[in-house]
Amino acid sequence: MTSELVIQDLYVQVESKLILKGLNLRIKQGEVHAIMGPNGSGKSTLAYSLMGHPKYQVVAGDILFKGQSLLGLSPDERARMGLFLAFQYPVAIPGLTLANFLRTAVDAVKGGQRNGNGKATMPVTEFRRLLNEKMELLQMDRSFAQRYLNEGFSGGEKKRAEILQMAMLEPEIAILDETDSGLDIDALRVVAQGVNALAGPHMGIVVITHYQRILNYIKPQFVHVLAHGQIVASGGPELALQLEAEGYDRYVKNANGA
Amino acid sequence: MPARLDIDLDNYRYGFSVPENYVFKARKGLDEQIVREISWIKGEPEWMTRFRLHAYHSFLQKPMPTWGADLSGVHFDDIYYYIKPTEKQGRSWDEVPEEIRNTFERLGIPEAERKFLAGVGAQYESEMVYHNIQKNLAEKGVIFLDMDSGLRQYPDLVREHFGTVIPPEDNKFAALNSAVWSGGSFIYVPPGVHVDLPLQAYFRINARDMGQFERTLIIADEGSYVHYVEGCTAPTYSSDSLHSAVVEIIAKRGARVRYTTIQNWSRNVYNLVTKRAVAHQDATVEWVDCNLGSKVTMKYPSIWLMGPGAHGEILSIAFAGKGQVQDAGGKIIHAAPHTSSVVTSKSISKGGGRTVYRGLLKVVAGASGSKSNVVCDALILDEQSASDTVPTIEIEESNVAIGHEATVSKVSEEQLFYLQSRGIDEHRAATLIVSGFIEPVVKELPMEYALEMNRLIDLEMEGSVG
Repeated sequence: MTSELVIQDLYVQVESKLILKGLNLRIKQGEVHAIMGPNGSGKSTLAYSLMGHPKYQVVAGDILFKGQSLLGLSPDERARMGLFLAFQYPVAIPGLTLANFLRTAVDAVKGGQRNGNGKATMPVTEFRRLLNEKMELLQMDRSFAQRYLNEGFSGGEKKRAEILQMAMLEPEIAILDETDSGLDIDALRVVAQGVNALAGPHMGIVVITHYQRILNYIKPQFVHVLAHGQIVASGGPELALQLEAEGYDRYVKNANGA
Repeated sequence: MPARLDIDLDNYRYGFSVPENYVFKARKGLDEQIVREISWIKGEPEWMTRFRLHAYHSFLQKPMPTWGADLSGVHFDDIYYYIKPTEKQGRSWDEVPEEIRNTFERLGIPEAERKFLAGVGAQYESEMVYHNIQKNLAEKGVIFLDMDSGLRQYPDLVREHFGTVIPPEDNKFAALNSAVWSGGSFIYVPPGVHVDLPLQAYFRINARDMGQFERTLIIADEGSYVHYVEGCTAPTYSSDSLHSAVVEIIAKRGARVRYTTIQNWSRNVYNLVTKRAVAHQDATVEWVDCNLGSKVTMKYPSIWLMGPGAHGEILSIAFAGKGQVQDAGGKIIHAAPHTSSVVTSKSISKGGGRTVYRGLLKVVAGASGSKSNVVCDALILDEQSASDTVPTIEIEESNVAIGHEATVSKVSEEQLFYLQSRGIDEHRAATLIVSGFIEPVVKELPMEYALEMNRLIDLEMEGSVG
């Protein structure tokens, strides 16, 4: 059965400021969506709300995943259901190696509820093999796995590490929050190739971005414009090109006028 | 099987006790008579009896320290100062009475000895009930005995060094220990001998209202190396126990001594310990000091860098949970030129616990070209907990390089969210953050202890978030 993420008339506030105001969207496994919007339109709020950040308060509407409401589920429960968020600004966890972290995460996600087979853990040799394979895909040196999570990582290294986590956890729906920000063109290409290698019928991808640039590498079937906390336009890839040419002005104005 | 008496609420696994079948138990309280009695039972030489009595009077005169943790719960009259659990010490575990052997088996000591230790001493109440060292080390002249046997078998070596690093007058609790000391380890490593595997001593209190006063003296002769590890646990009682050890280390020219502690006393033990080392020319002394248990710990391992090229390191972890005070730190005294030191302190407080880093860094006039770097980091897990840093720095020499850095942080919501977004539940996420925080110290532990340390942190973290 195809998993689907359904966002229904979602209102979200952060520190008593209403950011999302009636957002609707459906994403199926196997689809690639792009959500584009200017600064302050609510892009990151959407990403955090989907993953269940405690500061982002859903005041109305619902988020359904595989037919189940995510409201009231903790971020780890959402992750174990098959949801993933690649962070725009991943935080550092000093002293926790990337390898150790990934092993714990893979155990939690793949050993637990999702497969319904209790606490089975992946044998360490298989984990190693998988990790090496995915690191190769992202052109990461093996020694990288022994570094402390995001500590002293360059912007490019952080984004690669995010995609590495996505590769290891094999989510059903992955949200990439401004994965292109802070990347030079070479790093962007590597990261995008990584995402493309992972994409397929089993994974739905939501690329959240300000700029069209990343969409040259990750080709969306659906493009949505987010402005003032709502999806104000939806279309195909041509919409992204149009935005690149014309900017967000008309959507911002429209929304203001509404 | 020994009776199990887990009345602890804080996930303390070692809170059991077993019935007392002791050879001798001194009456409660302390006076000159008790001090003489201890010395008489042990059949000590005259000079040691005098040493004890002198120390006892010094103990009476010294004021209770009031500059640190609250010690008003220490009642000197309510403590048993000497308990002799067995008639003789075992060289094999079979010779140790079953009840006591069972206790140490539950603590995993015989197993650890078989797997990765060069020698083991096991102290139960006031005496070492078991002591053994690998034959090849004994053949190389390495001495690893309990302190009492050391005094009997090597009286001159002991007399030459005993109390020279920490004189009885040093502080009230060092004086108390000097008056009533019993057990502890005596180690001598001959010149050039490297003891590759660690030597371990394990200290167990079993009786209620017990005072344990072991005394350890380590002499590492020129160019030698030894790693000594101590562990300790006690039953959980509603009344308080006292543990007050004295540890003296002498590292001669070019020697290296590492002393690792994993302190996990039950939450009713006052742990007031004096530890000091002297490092002579080109010698290295390292204290790796992990404090998880106890009600109150006050402990500041010190290193006196006495010869050019001497190096000292203090790596410490303190974890204070509900009702606990970990007042710990370290002291480094650069008393010779071109000496160097590193202090890394990591403290964690949760559930209302309180950690204090109290440190002294001193460079005396003439110790030119000395270098020191002090880093103390505190992690606070909730609003009820607290942490303080009380560093003292005295520099009497201008040609030195000193670094000092202190941070206090909280487990951030962003870190928890990040880990949780990868499927890791909140408790596990917090534990990973804490384990990462202490990793710079834990990675210095032998693998078996690092695993143990992480397991203990896991237990301490249980139920900590929510």
